[in-house]
Amino acid sequence: MSMEIVTAGPMLSVQDAGRFGLRHMGVASAGPIDSEAMTLANALVGNASADAALEFAGPAGSFRCTRPCRIAVAGADCSIRIDTRPVPTGESHRLLPGEKLTIGRPDGAVWAYLAISGGIDTPLILGARATHLRFGLGGMQGRSLKAGDVLPLGEDHPDAPCLRPGSPLTGHHPFNESGPIRLILGPQDNAFAPDIVARLTKCIFTVTPQRDRMAMVLGETTLPAANGHDIVSDGTVPGSIQVPGSGMPLVLLAESQTTGGYPKIATVASVDLARLAQMPVGAEVRFALIGATEGEDLWIDRRHRLQQVIAALTPKTEQVFRSEYLLSCNLVGGIFNPKEVMRPVMQHRKDTRTETRDE
Amino acid sequence: MNDPMTPTLLPCGDCALVIQLGETVDAAVNARVTALAGALEVAAAAGSVAGVQDIVPTYRSILVRYDPMQIRGGALGDWLLELAVRPLSTSGQGRYWRVPCLYGGEVGLDLDELAEMKGLCPEEIIALHSGTDYRVYMIGFAPGFAYLGGQPEILHTPRLPKPRQNIPRGAVGIGGQQGNINSVTGPSGWRFLGWTPVRSFDPDRDEPFLFRSGDQIRFYPISAEEAQDLDARSAAGEIVIAPEAMPT
Repeated sequence: MSMEIVTAGPMLSVQDAGRFGLRHMGVASAGPIDSEAMTLANALVGNASADAALEFAGPAGSFRCTRPCRIAVAGADCSIRIDTRPVPTGESHRLLPGEKLTIGRPDGAVWAYLAISGGIDTPLILGARATHLRFGLGGMQGRSLKAGDVLPLGEDHPDAPCLRPGSPLTGHHPFNESGPIRLILGPQDNAFAPDIVARLTKCIFTVTPQRDRMAMVLGETTLPAANGHDIVSDGTVPGSIQVPGSGMPLVLLAESQTTGGYPKIATVASVDLARLAQMPVGAEVRFALIGATEGEDLWIDRRHRLQQVIAALTPKTEQVFRSEYLLSCNLVGGIFNPKEVMRPVMQHRKDTRTETRDE
Repeated sequence: MNDPMTPTLLPCGDCALVIQLGETVDAAVNARVTALAGALEVAAAAGSVAGVQDIVPTYRSILVRYDPMQIRGGALGDWLLELAVRPLSTSGQGRYWRVPCLYGGEVGLDLDELAEMKGLCPEEIIALHSGTDYRVYMIGFAPGFAYLGGQPEILHTPRLPKPRQNIPRGAVGIGGQQGNINSVTGPSGWRFLGWTPVRSFDPDRDEPFLFRSGDQIRFYPISAEEAQDLDARSAAGEIVIAPEAMPT
């Protein structure tokens, strides 16, 4: 019951929902940069949202499983092949033992997620499986994955159906929104003169190549502080916008340090943090200011909408069964009702990228 | 400027709030931070407030992360302010640790240069560094990383202009007016005068973290042989020191 990493891309790691309640001990949550995308990938293979999956930036790599499983990729469109057969992003597929799954880079975004039914069952470290790369915690010995790694998989239900969204998703992400990234001023906006704070909404920022799971640096517009860039260190959160001496804003992400000594001019609204982190290098970023209460309202609404997307997932028709698959399903034992699985799914939007379906 | 002890709420997005009790590095402010964070933990554990996910005490403020599905920031802020103005005892807080330190050597590579900078001999630096009770002002930056305050002024030394890459776990250093014990191996711009075989963070141990904010630490010099012995025991998962009675 395991998955072998046949080849690994440059940034491939085990992530689950993350570690909580340990920030006072200096431990960031880690976990996915885009938790909504990972939740969708997990749901497509019947996993709970907290189950461990793989996060990747750049090409993911290739994989083999020792048992039949369902796999799904979400977060961004990626080229996916099972052996030589192309299959679409944003819905789940069966992967049989011996078949090679190959996944390319996220198109037009940065972070994407590969979920495997049953979840990845690496040991819990400080209560979670999420990899904290900087401090070497969790996942596979605290590091990104490499060729030859073998990941244990959790219990699976081999007769459960493959799923797809009830209605089409743009870009294989549950929420593909546009418009400015919303910010909440503070906690140290008063360290900046009013005309510098005004730059946040008047000027354009760009995504620079300086980015990882800890933070992303923005360019084009600088934000010099009125009286230097050192403060008495205080607490940070993912989304904190720190401004070091360079004046270039640094947006903290899932793996950021828990305290920092730079003034934080604003915090990215939870509803928009993943969208910002998914912007490719060179993308232009515009900001808009909202209040904390509005941020809470937007975030609560978003989480309800995510639950609706998950609840609306629909079994796919799997009309062409290969013999190995039928054998693995134990049809004779009556565990598996073909009528259930052959039930027609809702009419799906025709997408040029998904013409080669495996059904 | 506010009275340094007047609690102020600072916005920190839509899932966190900061309650600030002062503006500077100050033992009295930090003692109040520790006491308030302790009271918040007790209240949250007792269920008197829902949805609190993290309580992070720092030098002069506390960051509280919450889930807006369970509690709104407005209500949480009112509750924090109400608790912050109640009388809180700051006496008897924290534990007292005597921490063995192998001064100089491979890890304490800045000891001689530091002595030269201060016009002292290395033995005098060691006597100063180990003759002081430090307060753990906060745990941050890295898992279990303790920021130590109360360093004698003569030991205050600016950070290096360029950080060094591989400072080992256990390195004991000075950065500006603060002291530290490295909890994990990593880059650092601090100056290092020694090494402790005590592991302030070990994820494989039942108690992964050793120090908490509000604790007091005093270093004592040990020989290379003692350090080696303690290191072997630490590597086997043993916590080789125990908290002692706070000196009066």
